[in-house]
Amino acid sequence: MTTAAPPRSRVTLAQAIRDTGVITKRNLLRNVRLPQLLLFSTVQPVMFLLLFNYVFGGAIGQAIPPAAGGKYINWLIPGLIVQVATFGAGQTALGLTEDLSKGVIDRFRSLPMARSAVLAGRTMSDLIRNALIIALMLGVGFLIGFRYQTSLIRLLGGMAVALAFTYAMSWVMAAIGLAVKNPEAAQSAVFLPVFPLVFASSVFVPTQTMPDWLRAFADNQPITVTTNALRGLILGEGALLPGQTVEGQILAALAWSAAILAVFAPLAVRVYRRTVS
Amino acid sequence: MRGPIVEAEGVVKTFGPIRALDGVDVAFEPGIIYGLLGPNGAGKTTLIRVLTTLLRPDAGTARVAGVDVLADPVTARTRMGLAGQFAAVDDYLTGRENVEMVGRLYGLRGDEARRRAAEVLERIGLVDAADRPVRTYSGGMRRRLDLAASMVGRPQVLFLDEPTTGIDPRSRIDIWNLIQDLVADGTTILLTTQYLDEADQLAARVAVIDHGRVITEGTPAELKDTLGGSVVELTVPDDRRDETLQALATVTGEHPAYEPSTKKITVPAPDGARTLMAVVRRLDESGIVPDDITLRKPTLDDVFLALTGHVAQDQTQTPAAPAGRPRRRR
Repeated sequence: MTTAAPPRSRVTLAQAIRDTGVITKRNLLRNVRLPQLLLFSTVQPVMFLLLFNYVFGGAIGQAIPPAAGGKYINWLIPGLIVQVATFGAGQTALGLTEDLSKGVIDRFRSLPMARSAVLAGRTMSDLIRNALIIALMLGVGFLIGFRYQTSLIRLLGGMAVALAFTYAMSWVMAAIGLAVKNPEAAQSAVFLPVFPLVFASSVFVPTQTMPDWLRAFADNQPITVTTNALRGLILGEGALLPGQTVEGQILAALAWSAAILAVFAPLAVRVYRRTVS
Repeated sequence: MRGPIVEAEGVVKTFGPIRALDGVDVAFEPGIIYGLLGPNGAGKTTLIRVLTTLLRPDAGTARVAGVDVLADPVTARTRMGLAGQFAAVDDYLTGRENVEMVGRLYGLRGDEARRRAAEVLERIGLVDAADRPVRTYSGGMRRRLDLAASMVGRPQVLFLDEPTTGIDPRSRIDIWNLIQDLVADGTTILLTTQYLDEADQLAARVAVIDHGRVITEGTPAELKDTLGGSVVELTVPDDRRDETLQALATVTGEHPAYEPSTKKITVPAPDGARTLMAVVRRLDESGIVPDDITLRKPTLDDVFLALTGHVAQDQTQTPAAPAGRPRRRR
């Protein structure tokens, strides 16, 4: 026991990527092995899908644009994808606070690894996890009647827009989780702001019937913009409000994701540095 | 390596109004086990966190294995291992996956990491359980796995923060043996403990830390010698206690110490049996009949009591009666 580990006085980019891979794999394995986590994270969106489709579908179906092909489920799926993207990002906060409280982050920090890998690996594994959940939801959606009205390429494009959004939101949640530190507190700190954002949007219902003050907010917030981009891609331009274009909504959605990432990724890194020392 | 392997000078760390470390100076020689002793909140864990690069001090310098931990933390981390106060292992991975992951994060390639994990698991006696998820492990096994993870990088210095707190006596012995094996291989080990018998058993040298300062340092024998040989230990009925303390104050010229949690009064006995006889005579003159009186060699507990004015640990929570969950730090 006299030979030292290979010296690594500076962490290179290649090592940072490799370390991120190791952490990502570890987080994903946890997901697979922790049955409750997997169950709740997949059951919940499917439950939302079934409840909204069968409970509200009949009533809301009257108000949706014809581009949805006369079926509420077609309108609902793009919205639910964005909802899952948002809620799923909350897992980032929960995962980080759990690692923090169990001393796992201390262990990582005592190793000669890239420090950035802890946050990068966490957000990456949550991105993969959320992609799988969205795919699963799409599958269930197909079974109960969802059909895209454009093309498969456009559907995949919509997925990509949703994944960019969930990745950006993961960094928001990382900052929140690291700021509150404990897993129980993170639970409420994450879902409290997310609920009104998801409901005051075009996710479940068109915004036209909302009061003006609320509609002004709902029409411009990132969840609505992202949902519109997905509807444009999956259902066609007819699903959008007059004056909106599919390309415009995609650009706006990607701009939102980029802006959120640009603000919250550095913020999360700063909170991480402060939290753990 | 020549000179100290762990050095700290003037290390200060404050948390709000609390000075957790108030100018710590240490210099530990390589190749032995160091015991870092102190009551809860004395600053042991904070010092370990500074030395292992987890915490930046407000002032002072620290070097581990010749590397300045503040200037070059990444290199410093390649030369040390840490097993924290509660086993930082992943419940849903197997023991092997846990250790392999740490190896990968030390920069080992896949097959190297696998080989090293197998070696370490063998060493730590967890081969049979290696492919079971950690959530099926006992508390002692988890601690051993945590220790295994801290050994993966072949550290020159291993920091163990309360390695046996809250585990059963048998696992405690296993961990002691393991620690002794490691030091025989040339690793320097710095362990914190609240159990003074643990330090007495394992540590070649101990440093006592209280209120964020190192108040003494030496071999356990040296520290015991500062008490001047043996001690007389006695218990008296509660209503005679003050009287007894007063009566004994002039026997040796040193004040007797009273520990409320054990109700024991200890008097330094530089002259051994003679002091005992003097104590008995004095008690007799005062008409005090002790419930119990003995002459014994001092333990580290006595050193600790004399230095800090309180016992190191809550007597109701001895290692023989496992505490269930490891205590969290502050």
